[in-house]
Amino acid sequence: MKQYIRKYFYGDYGEGRNGAADISTGQAKQEWPLWEVFIRSRQGLDHKHVGSLHAADAQMAIENARDVYTRRMEGVSIWVVESKHIHASNPDEAESFYDPANDKVYRHPTFYDLPDAVKHM
Amino acid sequence: MNTIDLEKQFQDKIDREIRIEPRDWMPEKYRQTLIRQISQHAHSEIVGMLPEGNWITRAPSLRRKAILLAKVQDEGGHGLYLYSAAETLGITRDQMYEQLHSGKAKYSSIFNYPTLTWADMGAIGWLVDGAAIMNQVPLCRASYGPYARAMVRICKEESFHQRQGFELLLSLSKGNEAQRKMCQDAINRWWWPSIMMFGPTDDASPNSEQSMRWKIKRFSNDELRQKFVDMIAEQVKILGMTLPDPDLKWNEARGHYDFGAINWEEFWQVISGNGPCNKQRLDTRRKAWEDGAWVREAAAAHAAKKAARAQQHAA
Amino acid sequence: MYSPLIRYTLHLADNALIMGHRCSEWCGHGPVLEQDIALANLALDYVGTARNFYQYAAEMINAADPAQKATEDSLAYLRDAGDFYNNHIAELPNGDWAQTTLKEFFFSVYLQAVYRQLLNSADTQLAAIAEKALKEIDYHVRWSSEWVVRLGDGTEESKERLLKALDEVWLHTGELFASDDHDAQLIQENIAADLQLVYTHWRTTVEKVFEEATIAVPAPAKTAAWMGNGRKGIHTEHLGYILAEMQYLQRAYPGCEW
Repeated sequence: MKQYIRKYFYGDYGEGRNGAADISTGQAKQEWPLWEVFIRSRQGLDHKHVGSLHAADAQMAIENARDVYTRRMEGVSIWVVESKHIHASNPDEAESFYDPANDKVYRHPTFYDLPDAVKHM
Repeated sequence: MNTIDLEKQFQDKIDREIRIEPRDWMPEKYRQTLIRQISQHAHSEIVGMLPEGNWITRAPSLRRKAILLAKVQDEGGHGLYLYSAAETLGITRDQMYEQLHSGKAKYSSIFNYPTLTWADMGAIGWLVDGAAIMNQVPLCRASYGPYARAMVRICKEESFHQRQGFELLLSLSKGNEAQRKMCQDAINRWWWPSIMMFGPTDDASPNSEQSMRWKIKRFSNDELRQKFVDMIAEQVKILGMTLPDPDLKWNEARGHYDFGAINWEEFWQVISGNGPCNKQRLDTRRKAWEDGAWVREAAAAHAAKKAARAQQHAA
Repeated sequence: MYSPLIRYTLHLADNALIMGHRCSEWCGHGPVLEQDIALANLALDYVGTARNFYQYAAEMINAADPAQKATEDSLAYLRDAGDFYNNHIAELPNGDWAQTTLKEFFFSVYLQAVYRQLLNSADTQLAAIAEKALKEIDYHVRWSSEWVVRLGDGTEESKERLLKALDEVWLHTGELFASDDHDAQLIQENIAADLQLVYTHWRTTVEKVFEEATIAVPAPAKTAAWMGNGRKGIHTEHLGYILAEMQYLQRAYPGCEW
């Protein structure tokens, strides 16, 4: 008989012990929508995606973001957008999307070999 | 592309330390493993609020009160970051809650022990958070992007948790007889459960190899546990206290501390529901959730009304 | 006996501490994770404000009598209920989410008006503490008034619960505006907030928010002299239990450092 000796990892008590593997159970009723949160950490910087949260409406989403994501002075401005409104590029198309930029080296300043005498360029 | 090629490509990405992102192709088993691990981790944070929350209203100074409250609140935040990371894998937070409330999902067994004295707040910070941090730091490099990012944020915030715990115990150790006794007693009760937190001992298994290969995990339970024991065995001297293990001693040849046998029966009993506080903790979580149902409905209803009025106004 | 200024400072401190204590009771039990975290933030604001006021009070107490050796903790943990000067509404039980948010709404709007006046207090230390606290309390007003509106204009059940909470809490709003014997003097010296003016702001704000929440504002709550008030150290039964819990370690292990 084949003997499996199980090895467990932190936070992973295994499916054999009724771990949470099955996600097919019950549909959530009226869960507050999911929002993506973007925070500007200080003036002059871009807003950066920091995570997500649930809120009943946009106003609450901003306040929740303030309470959840800026407890340690991480931000001076918050954007929220309902997750369902985010349109993303398809990773399957990554090759046709991003690879064509590979051979356009002439777009980069290092492509051009200039004499050292030329300053400030 | 067929599945075998996809899997090969996937593994190749992992091997090259390229992070997997939510919309990337991933083996179903990888997704399931992550959902299970991240949600268990999130549940541990949320349930973990309770044993310490137990002492917020009894903290013995205003400074300690503020620290403890901020710490327990952080744990709520950490649960939230983790639930968010799991949600990118196609499960909702409500579904994860349902798994927790139904007793189907597991969480760290440590939170099924009672917090009996104020010193427990120190022991939890020092030992339990210490063990957690040791486990969590490598997770900052987990192969799944949202998980790794959540862990980076968590580790950054967590760094004060262990320090405040040790500082709390240090105050007690410098206090009077009763305080020192309280301190030693808490260490005695929390030591074994905290080294159990690293999980069962390593014996090779297909399951773990897979987790390692997928770089969801990077160190084995025993490696991390040894590291933790070595660290704590030294720190406890500063407190002038002892660890409740007669077999604990430095092994020159190994360059590590040897320690006594862990009672795995206790571990599995507590994991499977027979710990001192399992029922109490779950009942509390369920009650909070059920009592909150009308609040969540009201907010959703109000948001819907407001949106309808805005639309009417625009029309 | 404490001077009127010390007593007034303790009143401000006690209000923040006791309300903060109540808010902290929610930690880990909120209706949704995000709001659990939000309420803990409110609690932390209150505890922080309380510490500032206590530290100032301790400084004044020790200056008047160096034998006293008062600290923020001796003031919070070693006075009995009769020496606490917080308002009754701060000590009321949390009840459900409706009662908690409604209490916090009434209380934070009241504090908002008090702190605004204290910005111009002749006592610069009070003014400085109020300035910091006001930024926080403005957010409390925003958070709690939005919840009052959500619950009032949410579902049938939430409205019913809000009205029930109103029934519980409204009576105690009168006590917020009951004066201490020394108020007149402190107001004359331009140190304390004038509760008449506070009331005007409070009533206007409550009317505005209740209108949005589609509920009626009851007639002003009467607080008769014989009912006593927190400013004079006369409390509801609830405060004794709060202190029994809060002060237990300091009482069981006297003289310890924690």
